[in-house]
Amino acid sequence: MLVNDVVCPFCGCLCDDLELEVEADRVVRVLNGCSLAEATFMNDTRLPAPIRRTSTAWEKISYDEAIKETADILKDADRPLLYGWSSTHGDTQSVGVHIAELIGAVIDNTSTVCHGPSILAIQEVGHPGCTLGQVKNRADVIIYWGCNPIEAHPRHMSRYTTFATGFFVPDAQRERTIIVVDTRRNDSGGIADEFVQIEPGGDYAVLSALRALVRGKESVIPKKVAGISKEQLIRIAGICKNAKFGAIFFGLGLTMSRGKYKNVRNAIELTDELNRHTKFVISPMRGHGNVYGSNEVFTWMTGYPFAVDFARGIAFYNPGETTAVDILRRGECDAALIVASDPGANFPRVAAAHLAKIPTVLIDPHVNATTSLSRIHIPCTAAGIDAAGTAYRMDGVPIRLKKVIERGYPDDAEILKKIYDCLNGWMIP
Amino acid sequence: MTELLVKNACVIDPIQGINGEIMDIAIRDGRIVESVSDRAEVIDAQRCLTLPGGIDSHTHVCGTKVNFGRYMSPEDMRAGRTQRRGRMHVTSGYYVPTTFGNSYRYSAMGYTTLLEGAMAPLEARHTHEEFTATPHQDMLANTLFDGNWAVMDAVREKNIKKTAAIVGWTLNAIKGYAIKLTNPGGTEAWGWGEDLTSIHDQVPHFEVTPAEIITAMIQANELLKLPHSVHLHCNNLGKPGNYQTTLDTFELVPDLNPDRQTLYATHVQFHAYGGRTWRNICSKAEEITRSVNSKPQIVMDMGQIMFCRTMTMTADGPMEFNLHCLHHNKWSNHDVELETGSGIIPVTYSKKSAVNCIMWAIGLELALLTKSPWQCLLETDNPNGAPFVKYPEVIGLLMSKRYRDEECATLHPDTEGNTSLCALEREMDWHDIAVMTRAGQAKALGIINQGKGHLGTGAEADIAIYPIRTDSVDPAREYRKVVEGFQKTRYTIKRGRVVSQDGEIIVDGANATFWANAKIPEDIRVDNDPEFIRRFQEFYTVRMSNYPVQEIYLPRGRRVDTEAFT
Ligand code: SF4
Ligand SMILES: [Zn+2]
Repeated sequence: MLVNDVVCPFCGCLCDDLELEVEADRVVRVLNGCSLAEATFMNDTRLPAPIRRTSTAWEKISYDEAIKETADILKDADRPLLYGWSSTHGDTQSVGVHIAELIGAVIDNTSTVCHGPSILAIQEVGHPGCTLGQVKNRADVIIYWGCNPIEAHPRHMSRYTTFATGFFVPDAQRERTIIVVDTRRNDSGGIADEFVQIEPGGDYAVLSALRALVRGKESVIPKKVAGISKEQLIRIAGICKNAKFGAIFFGLGLTMSRGKYKNVRNAIELTDELNRHTKFVISPMRGHGNVYGSNEVFTWMTGYPFAVDFARGIAFYNPGETTAVDILRRGECDAALIVASDPGANFPRVAAAHLAKIPTVLIDPHVNATTSLSRIHIPCTAAGIDAAGTAYRMDGVPIRLKKVIERGYPDDAEILKKIYDCLNGWMIP
Repeated sequence: MTELLVKNACVIDPIQGINGEIMDIAIRDGRIVESVSDRAEVIDAQRCLTLPGGIDSHTHVCGTKVNFGRYMSPEDMRAGRTQRRGRMHVTSGYYVPTTFGNSYRYSAMGYTTLLEGAMAPLEARHTHEEFTATPHQDMLANTLFDGNWAVMDAVREKNIKKTAAIVGWTLNAIKGYAIKLTNPGGTEAWGWGEDLTSIHDQVPHFEVTPAEIITAMIQANELLKLPHSVHLHCNNLGKPGNYQTTLDTFELVPDLNPDRQTLYATHVQFHAYGGRTWRNICSKAEEITRSVNSKPQIVMDMGQIMFCRTMTMTADGPMEFNLHCLHHNKWSNHDVELETGSGIIPVTYSKKSAVNCIMWAIGLELALLTKSPWQCLLETDNPNGAPFVKYPEVIGLLMSKRYRDEECATLHPDTEGNTSLCALEREMDWHDIAVMTRAGQAKALGIINQGKGHLGTGAEADIAIYPIRTDSVDPAREYRKVVEGFQKTRYTIKRGRVVSQDGEIIVDGANATFWANAKIPEDIRVDNDPEFIRRFQEFYTVRMSNYPVQEIYLPRGRRVDTEAFT
């Protein structure tokens, strides 16, 4: 059977034009998707059933047992952490927040290790952005800063920017100027009209220089800024000012290098400055399929996009203190529930090591690096493959992920609701 | 079967023509009935003021832009937080509270129905998700068409039927309730960093003017027989001298509907400025209200500002950028492909600012100078003019000249010379307030026959009982009692259940979402039009099949069918 207009749940692009060939309980062919999409749908090997660690190995347990034991662990914890949420749909995220609220846990999502700094910058200066279709239909200047879309968001360029035919940009390849800024030449840099190679840690200085140039302060710029010649800087500032519509996309190269959120703030302020001359927008390249959704759901429920601590009864937010990595690094956390993510692979070593010391439960369709740190692993549906639900694209557009096959797994939202019910039953005297 | 009897209620129900009668209200299974059995639960209202549940016909509480206001404002989230308590979830925020915060606070004030002022169709799913998390109010969504490419093309072709067909398809697809135009044409121009300055400017590339868009959309709206009229945020919001644009716009509006207005003009305070610069801005409330008083086809709402820190958020992207250039605070902008724009910035309205004082006075002048309270409804464009928790103060100001005078004495000295507020003697009565906060909204939104805004037999039992004894409070003198009384109901009843008592939420909510479904003849349906489909697939970044909001997002959806094209 062919299924049309399928949404790929893998990265923040949430391409919704895939065509899948489906046979019974598996996907046999993926059309229109990139190689990451193909892997997502085709190499979907699941953990068959819930497992629990014994002193020497793993034993299979029932869902009921796994749920009961997870609830027990959370009930007994003084400082529980609920973490992950970026690769599942909104219902699951929402039940997660309710559990955190109920038991006074810290709840955090994967922004904490990717675009957390972008969020901090936005909280200081705001975010001039737009939906991706604005860029596709209008932009004549595209800047990729500290990111490599060809590898991480393979269809970003063909669907939304460089190669996408837009209403006001019918001949995309000729009419768009592509600027790539990075510390080393990557694949994306290869197709740039202008490649800007910054010395590592030099982003802040280069952004400041561009802001000065846009303001007409050419005389204050030295001959070279972080390895970039004044001529090139002037050229780039000129391209930006003369753009009809410019768009900056940035990645972890900006958020996680020296300066962190200050870099992002500077980039936003450059965008702001450019809006006094023409139209410019800026957007983070959000990684996981629904990481932005976790920010959205957390925000409407708690007021904050990530790192929310309910220990005091109210929602409390203080990144650096209430962020998952910090709570683990301080050894503060005494139980963890990980949902739809893999901190075992992405967290600093000390933080991941702490997960192995405490009772950690993983709810995720696949075996991953976190499995080996966990006491219990409960498999579930994968949002967008055998479960439907909402995901938010990197630009905030909400899209409904489809259920394309049935594999007999329970939805992670259902598992969490049962955990919630157990906890709630115990809490009411 | 559940029954409830509210005894000894002092009812004001303008739609039913009841003004201060002491009576009992019988409720069965969520609706008002003639009588109930003696097994019914009884609430003694003790002759307190009892009104139909409050209705806000223009507020920003759910969706992309509102949530971004929260996202970017941890400082506000800290300003209003409460713990989980009983049935109540944790809440955060003061001027952009979390969804539960909005819902609980509105409920405590007796509000049971809200119209979200601006929803971009492409992001409608988000709005509906937040509606579900705003459990104590029935919700309706204004749907943005101000920069809709397909609409502008149809308007340029002078094809009203096609315009209507596009609107009808969109509302049905994304479960919207009404047509909203925010700075029509201007939001598309903002896609290039530009704006329009008069209703006769051409939208770049599309070669239509705001006047043409407004006129065509009014006709399309009536062709679709939509329950609400076109809901307009005029061009040139917040600019000195903009009253002329507003008056020009009002002149475009014919009187086409016997049951309600033909145009709903929102937050008119922001559109009633004289002068040429911020230095010589002055009130043109008299000119605006003279126009409205002679045009029954227009209903407006106040857009009152109150002195506080708050956040402006609107689809009017260019306006927000201009404001940002004045305030130099943080600024967010979010343009939506083929549809609209939006912007957000925090602001502080201060008594030290002459401009802010004049704005404050204009909102009140508009209400006091509009002869019929049905034509000037009370709201603050929450949270743009002030968070909705300020409504009771606005009520107090409208009911008490003394309160106004006391406030005026604390304002910037330039206020008096630039407005006429101090000279206005009018003091509104309880009935006026009931009209301006529920009956007028129900009529304007076209939801009277959905059982909203009144307490007649068959109506939905949405009721607010305030701790106010109208026979013993003199609002002109005891305005503080009025303000306090409207801040917290004794009981808020939603669909026959007490949801809030003395400000405490006591049950989980179960709201409904109303949406409009106009039947469109097969031959002009745009989803049968290959050219419409082609352009959609080519220029949007979502597939047309993934655009509609599935019914699962409206767990208690209430479809309002219309006999369009008849
Ligand atoms: S770019 Fe991202 S969303 Fe699109 S198909 Fe590839 S992995 Fe999936
Ligand atoms: Zn508004």
